[in-house]
Amino acid sequence: MKIVVNGEPKEVPLGLSLQRLIEHLEIPTERVAVELNLDVVPKAKWPEVDVKEEDKLEIIHFVGGG
Amino acid sequence: MIQDRYSRQILFEGIGREGQEALGRARVLILGCGALGASHAEMLSRAGVGCLRIVDRDFVEYSNLQRQTLFTESDAEERLPKAVAAKNRLAEVNSEIEVEAIVADVNFSNAEELVSDVDLVIDGSDNFQVRYLINDACVKLGRPWIYGAAVSSYGTTMTIRPGETPCLRCIFGEMPPAGSAPTCDTAGVVQPIIASVSSVQVTEAIKVLTGQTDQLHGSLLQIDIWRGDWRKIKMKSPDADCVCCGKREFEFLSEENQETLTSLCGRNAVQIMPAAGTEIDLARLEESLAKSLKTERNEYLLRFSLDGRTVTLFRDARAIIQGTDDVSEARAIYSRYVGN
Repeated sequence: MKIVVNGEPKEVPLGLSLQRLIEHLEIPTERVAVELNLDVVPKAKWPEVDVKEEDKLEIIHFVGGG
Repeated sequence: MIQDRYSRQILFEGIGREGQEALGRARVLILGCGALGASHAEMLSRAGVGCLRIVDRDFVEYSNLQRQTLFTESDAEERLPKAVAAKNRLAEVNSEIEVEAIVADVNFSNAEELVSDVDLVIDGSDNFQVRYLINDACVKLGRPWIYGAAVSSYGTTMTIRPGETPCLRCIFGEMPPAGSAPTCDTAGVVQPIIASVSSVQVTEAIKVLTGQTDQLHGSLLQIDIWRGDWRKIKMKSPDADCVCCGKREFEFLSEENQETLTSLCGRNAVQIMPAAGTEIDLARLEESLAKSLKTERNEYLLRFSLDGRTVTLFRDARAIIQGTDDVSEARAIYSRYVGN
């Protein structure tokens, strides 16, 4: 199915939870914040939230340097 | 007093004379004076913020000059503490403001004191540990703070107003594991991302200090200056279940959760023992360190050397740094390469 991640269309397998999707995209789960269709989803809820066709995600990295 | 120093800024409708006067009365803590902090210090001093407190534990090195815009070759030659070098330079930039230079490690024992009498904290630090600490201190004491960080060509920033906006722990509940994130010493960094993130932070600081909180960007903002990409996640209300701002449990300020730093007597070495429960993926860290350093690893430990110091890192994130008995220097090396 098609979703949009950080403004770019992506083709991903059907039936993924948000947790599995982040892993599928090879994004480090321990240091990102995720917004799904304009709502921030707390990390504890990622396994319960299903990703659907046309969903829009923003994924922002927690950066440590400076 | 120089009459027209701030004339162009007063002409700007977002600030005006009233805003300028508010800046003159403001006190700001610059947390860390590396690349971001030096940039904050320069912009805030030129803008006429009346009192800047700069705290940093490190000294100037030649490898800083590519991006740490306040410092000069002679600062690196003399290995001046960054807070002191910054104060010296700022005295030439704007002699009409007060600058307090504090050469110290920020930890649970001094964080609240550093924050207690300022109007705002701007983040120029270089590790996750101190950011969770300062988030605790700022939420506890009700001080706004502006998180900002950069590595490689990307960076992230968020303005935190305790009670009004989500705090750092509302968004990033747990501190990332040691060694899990790239640092400027493992992945490099370019100056334009420093300038970009620090510019957003300073603009936010000016809005807060002049009472224009309705003008803040209200988001977790990420910039990748190389890709030309700006992304935002809009921030809403604080999380009522947040350990820090919801439950008001300030774990990073409590003595029992602290790492211990010990100078190992007679061995010219310092041991860093993180708070219990930390684990480190040595293979992954080796992969990122190997780009810039020679490393050795076995099942139990990872070892690398730089500038006459040898760092031995264990799976529980404990480290022994040989070649120095200065705990502050050892902690700086740990932050730069392990990232926490």
